Parts: sequence; structure tokens; C-alpha cells
Amino acid sequence: MLEAYPDNRLARILLWGFSALAMAFLMLPTLVVVPLSFSASDLLEFPPRAYSLRWYENFFGSATWMAGLRTSLILGSLTAMIAVPLGLLACISMNRLGGKTASAIQSVLLAPSVVPGILLAIGLFFVLAAQGLVGTLFGVLVGHVVLAIPVACIVLLPAVARFDWNQVQAARSLGADWARAIGGIIVPQLQISLLSATLMAFLTSLDESVISIFVASGHNSTLPKLMFLSLRDQIDPTIAAISTLWTAIVVVAVLIVTLRQKS
Amino acid sequence: MTIAADPALAADARSERRFFLALSLPALLIVGLAAILPILWIIRQSFLTTGGEYTVGNYEKVLSSGLTWSALITTVELSLGTLAFCILLGTPLALALASARPRVANLLMAFVMLPLWTSILVRTYGWLVLLRRDGLINAALTGSGLTAEPLPLVYNFTGTLIGMVHYMLPLFLLPVYAAMRDIDANLVRASASMGATLGQVIRTVILPLSAGGIFSGSMIVFIYTIGFFITPAVLGGGKVNPLSIRIERTLSTFQDWGSASVLGILLLVLMALIGVMFLAARRLVARNKVGAVHA
Repeated sequence: MLEAYPDNRLARILLWGFSALAMAFLMLPTLVVVPLSFSASDLLEFPPRAYSLRWYENFFGSATWMAGLRTSLILGSLTAMIAVPLGLLACISMNRLGGKTASAIQSVLLAPSVVPGILLAIGLFFVLAAQGLVGTLFGVLVGHVVLAIPVACIVLLPAVARFDWNQVQAARSLGADWARAIGGIIVPQLQISLLSATLMAFLTSLDESVISIFVASGHNSTLPKLMFLSLRDQIDPTIAAISTLWTAIVVVAVLIVTLRQKS
Repeated sequence: MTIAADPALAADARSERRFFLALSLPALLIVGLAAILPILWIIRQSFLTTGGEYTVGNYEKVLSSGLTWSALITTVELSLGTLAFCILLGTPLALALASARPRVANLLMAFVMLPLWTSILVRTYGWLVLLRRDGLINAALTGSGLTAEPLPLVYNFTGTLIGMVHYMLPLFLLPVYAAMRDIDANLVRASASMGATLGQVIRTVILPLSAGGIFSGSMIVFIYTIGFFITPAVLGGGKVNPLSIRIERTLSTFQDWGSASVLGILLLVLMALIGVMFLAARRLVARNKVGAVHA
């Protein structure tokens, strides 16, 4: 934008200087955790005086943390497995119906991403408590699926919109039923978007903390819930190790999605 | 022959429509059961005594409590503060990114979006490490002699605000950057050739044309910050108590479902109020823009 203004060197230097500070602000908290996770000391000294893998050993050696990791991975996988097919069907439905019906469906499906997490959490807590389901994996799963459906829809809607429906018409006129048309024609062509949607749904569940904090308990506690409790009580460098691993996983996942989209 | 004129074809179209409608039912059902029903449940719960009888007592109790009002004020203060810093930091950053070459801009956007992909707990932990009394920033400040004493940067309003701005900035940036990138650079060239200073170009061309993006960004900031829980819970250290924290405490310490529900409804009302205000303001801005063109 500003490059179109002639002779703006000083302004550009100021603007970029300011932007560099803003970007440092954005990156700093994520980056500072990485060296700390390799520290040999109990203290949060920076830079660490000696390095070790003890905090990683601490994490992988702890039954509690491992149970949390297991729960989170199971929940993430189930969430993706449920939310993405449901999201895909809903996107096909919205695409074909169009008009007011489609926008009505869309606003209902996207609502969970706008409602404050704390409200969803306590509401779900009430409903589950009435059914005696608080603390079950099922309760948290339902909450996560609800949050992942808008994410899946946002990824899949444009992909479905790009899809050429004549192919389905052709297949249908040749006698394919809907299941076959969707499974054999639509799904293969939306592969890349489906992969993105799956990863995003998985990450949504993996990172969800508020619903987990309220609804999960005991051996069904998720990793974020355990991290939250630990953060509130003390600042254990084990969290630094988990954080580093976590960020690494997320960066790899995002790289996969972006590279796939480009190729 | 048109479709409407042929009853067989019309029936076909209707059944196809029913089929496509059915495809979205599973998703609608889950969202209905696990998001909309719970909200209705909160509304119902807010009118119930612990014994299950209908009452407005919960409202009287919650609304007459000073804690509620201070929580409401804290919530609004946090949201407004977050928004102010997002505008202050995000608008220039978006301008810089929109002015960069596309390759550079894409690369920098990836870095800017990194926090968006990082767990909120990871970020909160990072800020704890940075902001504590013996944290990195205080060590740098006292070490360089800038301050004699470590500053209280965390477990208070300041720390909470920093964490919230950090969470919201990328989300604010996205629509603003998109709006600025869409501005025709020829407009800037034209105003420059007619003698506008850089400040005038920014004020009268770039900012008005990116107002839509700034609006969307601000609305996103508000919607998210009003219910924020993790950041005040950890970085506030028990001293910052917006509505979300009050709700949790009412539930976990007092098991008072009725009062917690009333607080939840306050949150919803606040959100709706701000949403309406934003939409009204947007309409006003749009009307003024049209007026300006006619004048």
C-alpha cells in the first residue's frame, strides 16, 4: 500500500520498526518456552546454564500426563472422525439447497464458534449432569464435536462450492445411488480439503480447554485440563517440554496443510 | 415445458430437496443438542431454586451483589483494553504487511499466524515465564538498570491484558490485512500526485477504506474477549475477576447453579448488546460513506 507513495523512506523505516516489535511480541512467548524445556535446572533461568532432557523424561514417565495425552489423542481422533463427515454432508446440503435455507443452516452450525466457550461449558455441564454423564469421555466428545463442526464447515464449504455437480448428475443418471455418488466422486476429489478439515478438527479438539476443564474429570482429564491445573498451582518446567512438543506438532500439521494446498 | 408445469418433475425436485435437507440433519442435531439446548438449559436454570421451583431470586441475588457489577466492569475493561491495543498494534502491522511484496507478506503472515496455531495454554505459560517477578522481562529491566525493583507484570490486570492482546492480535489482523490488501494502490498514487502528505493519505484514503476490516476485527475481539476464561484464570492470579471467572467460582466454590446461570445470561446479554451496537455503528458508517460520495 505505502509503496505506492513516493519518497516514504522514513515512514517505511518507522512502520517496519514498529511492526518488528509487534511481531516479536507475537512470537516471544512461544519461542521462549523452547530453550527452557531443555534446561537441566528446576529454576526457570534463561538462558539455561546446563541442558538436559529431564523434563521430557518427566512428561513421558508420568502416568498422569500419559493418561491425559492418551485421552486427548483419542478425543481428537474421534472428534475428527465424527465432525468431518457430518460437516461434509452439511456442506453438500447447504451447497445444493442454497438461498435462505442454506444460510439458516449455516448460522446454526457456526453458532458454537461465536458463543463464549464458558457458556457452552457450563450449559453442557448442566445437561450432562442431569443425565449423570459429567466426567465421561462421551460428554467431552460431544462438546468437542460441536466446536469442530464449524471448523470443518469453514474449510469444506468453499471446496464443495468449487465442485462440479454435473459429474454427480452424470453418475446418478447412470444409476449410481447417492452413497456411491458421494463416496466415489465427491470424496476423492475433495481429498486435500478433507485432510485439512480432519487436521483442523483434530487440533480444535486437542487444544480445547474450557469445556474439558468443566466437563472432564479423573482419568478422563485431557492434556489441556491437566496443563491448566498445573499452571494454576505451580510453574513446572514439564509444561515447557509439553509446550515445545505441542508447538512442534502444530507447526508440522500446519506445514502439511499448506504444502498440500500448494501442490 | 418448464419444471413447474410438470407435476412429476416438481415432485422429483421436492424429494431431492428433502434429501439434501436430510444431509445436514445429523450436524444440526448435534449442534442443537450440545450447544443450543445447553444455552436454553442455562436460561431455565437461572429461574430455578435449588429445590427446583421457579423464582426470580437468583436474579435478585446476583444483580444486588457488588461482585457482579465489579465483574461486569472488569469484563468491559478487559475487552476495551484488548481492543485498544489490538487497533494500536494491529493496524500499523497490517499496513506494513499490505505494503510488502506478496512473497514477503506471505512469509511474515505465517509467522504472525504462528501464535494462532499455538495452544492457549502454551502461550499463557510463555507469558508467565516472561512476566514473573524473576522472569525474563524483569531480569532485563533490573539488569540494565532501567528499574530498581521488578515490576508487577503478572497475576494482575496488566498480565491478563497482555495475554489477551496476544491472543486476539492475529485474529484482529486478518480482516484488517485483507481489507488493506484490497485497496487499489493507484488511489495512493493519485492522492500523492495531488500533493497529499503521507499522513493525509493514511488518514483520508487508507484508514477509511479499511474501516470495514477494522470493524470486523473489532467485533471479533469483542465477541471473544467477553467470555475469555483461561487467560484471566492463569495470568490474573485470582485478582482479575471478569464474569467468566465469577461463573466458574460460583459453580466450583458455591455449587450455586442458579447464580452461575444468571451470570451466564448477563454474559449473553452483554454480547448481544455489543453486537447490536456494532451493527448500528456499521450502518451509520456505511450511510456516511454514501453521503460523502454524494456531497
